[in-house]
Amino acid sequence: MIPGAFTYHSPRTLEEAMALLGNLGDDAKILAGGQSLIPAMRFRLAMPEHLIDLGGLDGLAYVREDAGFLRIGAMTREADLEAATVVQQRYSLLADTAHVIADPLVRNLATVGGNLAHADPANDHPATMLAYAAEVEARSPTGSRTIKIDDFFTGLFENALEPGEILTEIRIPAPQPGAGGAYRKLERKVGDYAVSAAAVQLRVQGGRVSAARIGLTNVSPVPLRATGAEQAILGQAITDDCLAAAARAASEECDPSPDLRGSVAYKRDITGVMVRRAIEKAAARAGGAS
Amino acid sequence: MSKRMITVDLNGEATTREVEDRTLLVHFIREDAGLKGTHIGCDTTSCGACTVLLDGRAIKSCTMFAVQADGKQVETIEGVAKDGALHPLQEGFWEKHGLQCGYCTPGMILSAKHLLEKNPDPTEDEIRWGISGNLCRCTGYNKIVEAIQYAAKKSKAQDEEAAE
Repeated sequence: MIPGAFTYHSPRTLEEAMALLGNLGDDAKILAGGQSLIPAMRFRLAMPEHLIDLGGLDGLAYVREDAGFLRIGAMTREADLEAATVVQQRYSLLADTAHVIADPLVRNLATVGGNLAHADPANDHPATMLAYAAEVEARSPTGSRTIKIDDFFTGLFENALEPGEILTEIRIPAPQPGAGGAYRKLERKVGDYAVSAAAVQLRVQGGRVSAARIGLTNVSPVPLRATGAEQAILGQAITDDCLAAAARAASEECDPSPDLRGSVAYKRDITGVMVRRAIEKAAARAGGAS
Repeated sequence: MSKRMITVDLNGEATTREVEDRTLLVHFIREDAGLKGTHIGCDTTSCGACTVLLDGRAIKSCTMFAVQADGKQVETIEGVAKDGALHPLQEGFWEKHGLQCGYCTPGMILSAKHLLEKNPDPTEDEIRWGISGNLCRCTGYNKIVEAIQYAAKKSKAQDEEAAE
């Protein structure tokens, strides 16, 4: 399958990329890793007239801790995120997620910024970044602004970026003492989207959950925070009852569609299971287990 | 129709062609450069039959435009044997019967090559994980895993020999 014709642009600086985006407007799409966009173009689900490739830009691929945040450059390849020592050592939820995105070949090209900006509820980073209370930086010729992840996903494949803005960085708050996280995903095979997946980041103090955020993958039209499940564990010690309550809440608050991966009832059930397992693992890690 | 000249270092040879912007890298390799060892299996970024190394990293050449590879190094299965001698991976697939129909083999070998460069002594689990983006419908993977284990062992022995 051959994509529709387009004109390719390969700017060398972010300024040049922003100028191109400003001039070409709605006819242009940003090309990052291309692992979602190019398949969509081959199916002619997307037919942009212009592609602005960020692959030639320096300085947008990095993973580093700085001033209380893990900073991830938007063009960081998923494979490099997965291999980053700081991620493996201090950001368990992110390490879990990076390991199960698509397959190793796709991860060698796919980018973190692209995964988020695509705003596909079936992608894995949206749920993870919701659980982390991450924020993203958007740059435009007039300056930059920070968008909280809770405000970023506005619809199916829709995000809060304004015309002319480019997502340049993702920031995750550094973990506090007693914090732990985990991602649990059920997939039919490597490389498929999740049947359902749960991202949990929590903090345990004095044996009780003092903070918790939970994101869900591929069980809603817009990447979803499971606030009911969060409420079920906040202030609680992690017991069977509390886990069951969180699983039940997540099953109820998700909004899956039936497809080849399962019926609505099945997906609701599995979502509860994923939430339960992710909470258990996150709590174990908060207590110092790996 | 937008076209441009690109130069790709293809198996060590500067290859310059005029391509349409929308030409996929796999079509550039097969049709413009005439190297048919890189296969097209699924057309949906699923199967890995089109795997090549881009600047040393294993990628699906059906999910990249040729213009994105301008100025970069691409290695295909045709570039794996050196001076007429099979690469340890090719030898491993031969010795351990790592293929039946052979359609997935070029992609498997290039994925395995990247894997062994990152991790010269992988466990069985790491091998299975490393080739999890490449589908094989014949072998059930066991013989492919053995072939890669053979190559890892052979490469290690060759390195030790070279060091002596």
